[in-house]
Amino acid sequence: MNGPDRSGPEGRDPSENRPGGVPRIPPPRPAPDDSGMLPPVRPGGTLPAPRAAADDPHPVLPPPSAAAPDTGRYEHKVLKALLGAWALSACSAEETAAVEQHLSDCAACADEAVRLREAVGLMHREDNLDLDPLLRSRVLESCLDRRPARIPVPDWAGPYDAETARLDALLRDMDNAEWSAPVRLRWFEGRSMVERESSVAGVLGHLMTVDGAVATALGLDDPLGPSAPPGGTPTARTEAYWQGTGGKPGDVHAPWRRQAHTLVRTLSYGRPDIAGLPVSYGAFALPLRDSLLDRAFECWVHAEDIAEAIAYPYQPPAAAHLNRMIDLAMRMLPEALARRRRAGLAGPARGPALAGAPGRSLHLEVEGNGGGDWYIALDSPAARSSEEGAVAHVALDGTEFCHLAAGHIPPEEAAAGQLGDREAIHDVLSAAASLSRL
Amino acid sequence: MTQEAPFLWDRKMQQRLTRGEAAALGELYDRFASLVHGLAHRVLNDEAAADRITREVFATVWENPGTYDPRRGSLRSWIADLTRREAVGLLRLTEAERARTGGGTAEDVEEKVRQASAAARADYIRSSMPASLRAALELAYFQRRDYRQAALDLGVTADEARRRLRLGLQLLSTAGAGPVPAPPVHRRAL
Repeated sequence: MNGPDRSGPEGRDPSENRPGGVPRIPPPRPAPDDSGMLPPVRPGGTLPAPRAAADDPHPVLPPPSAAAPDTGRYEHKVLKALLGAWALSACSAEETAAVEQHLSDCAACADEAVRLREAVGLMHREDNLDLDPLLRSRVLESCLDRRPARIPVPDWAGPYDAETARLDALLRDMDNAEWSAPVRLRWFEGRSMVERESSVAGVLGHLMTVDGAVATALGLDDPLGPSAPPGGTPTARTEAYWQGTGGKPGDVHAPWRRQAHTLVRTLSYGRPDIAGLPVSYGAFALPLRDSLLDRAFECWVHAEDIAEAIAYPYQPPAAAHLNRMIDLAMRMLPEALARRRRAGLAGPARGPALAGAPGRSLHLEVEGNGGGDWYIALDSPAARSSEEGAVAHVALDGTEFCHLAAGHIPPEEAAAGQLGDREAIHDVLSAAASLSRL
Repeated sequence: MTQEAPFLWDRKMQQRLTRGEAAALGELYDRFASLVHGLAHRVLNDEAAADRITREVFATVWENPGTYDPRRGSLRSWIADLTRREAVGLLRLTEAERARTGGGTAEDVEEKVRQASAAARADYIRSSMPASLRAALELAYFQRRDYRQAALDLGVTADEARRRLRLGLQLLSTAGAGPVPAPPVHRRAL
């Protein structure tokens, strides 16, 4: 398979390159396009139009005094150096004429001119096709089907692995200037929504520093280093990071990505009981497996914030991952409800609050991809929730529920359908919103 | 993405893949998926076919990490080469099929394959050349800047801009020179 290659695309005969011979020069290119083909021959093989010759502040040589270009004033060395610019039609009319006159006399330059102009035909705008984010899991799955992993990524770390990869793809498609784009962060506090403005870089720094709580639990370096507030909440960690940042906004990308990769890798090598390792969030702790789900959820939510800020589309997580994120929020709801009750933000408990006793519950029916049915214990986190004890029924969409739990929509606007005890519904939806934080 | 020397990264990645570490496979994908998919798409001009090649390439690397020889080049260039071979192989099959039904000749098929292969190689060369050369080429080609304007944009002398344009094109011109991957030889058995 070397026949056509040896003689070049036009089947040039080497004898054409003999001194004094004139190799055929491909014509100049048309306007840049995506055809990827060599430019078509223009009638008469016309040369590129002169560009910017008039306002050229630094000509290679003084302009000729006569009307006809005095091309003899250019030396071989100068003309040879111009070949690249000439092939790209990126020199002045005078230089173009000088090069072309030279090509009829100099076989070496003529030969190079042919090659360079053909190379111009290989210039091609990158398609910048966004990779289908779901391709990653399909590719990895088919690899692991063909050769099972000896050191697998634990199943519970899958959503975190997938969500960080999706956000990374978004960040890589982004223009450099967009790192400073303003991002509006919203969450729910007490009875109302609050918001704060940050930037794409600031949001990623926030994700990195809170992921850092997981890193330190695993014995890895804290991205905050010595400035980490001891026993800091996610908010305290984030504030510490925001106060200490310098450098270019995009600088945070690589360390964030590296930490996420290191986390997943470290987990893979962990002992089987690593899933239960407590990760401290200052005020509370979560077992590692739930903490990773929480981080995956926050990664998605903030990826959406970023995507919105820079007007990119962004899809919800894969259904199986979404389902686990929803399930985590559901499991955290009874405790959140009890906290609000202690703070006077929710109505009183009504039923027996004995551990393990069946009590009142609220049926949350989550529709769509990743959905399901959950029964939330209303009177005590320790109570057993049951279908029979349901005093209210709320139906809403999966992504809508997540937006509620992220504090992006107020509780009053969340439910598509509700039936039964209104106080219970209000309290549970507000508790869901209260799961959100900076 | 990493501060490590690429050579070291390549070595470590190979060891981790050999060990059967799924997290390494994920990192490999994150680093090279857009390269692989982009090259496959350049050759085949079809989204589904590019997806298929992407699956195939990563599976080949995952199943045979030992066939990569770090002394012969970077992991990136090895993967790019593998991609081009897989994609060209698939293109040859589909084009041959089209020629059979549509009355094309074997020469037409080979010419198409040759062009697609050179285009993919040129993409790879462009993505791997020093950023300074790539920037100069892109200013001249896509922005239609002449070399003096490009020099101003890049903050270099006009001499340097001319040098970069010529050198960049010289690198690119090697794309058509290499051999077109030969008709399929089955590597799966490795």
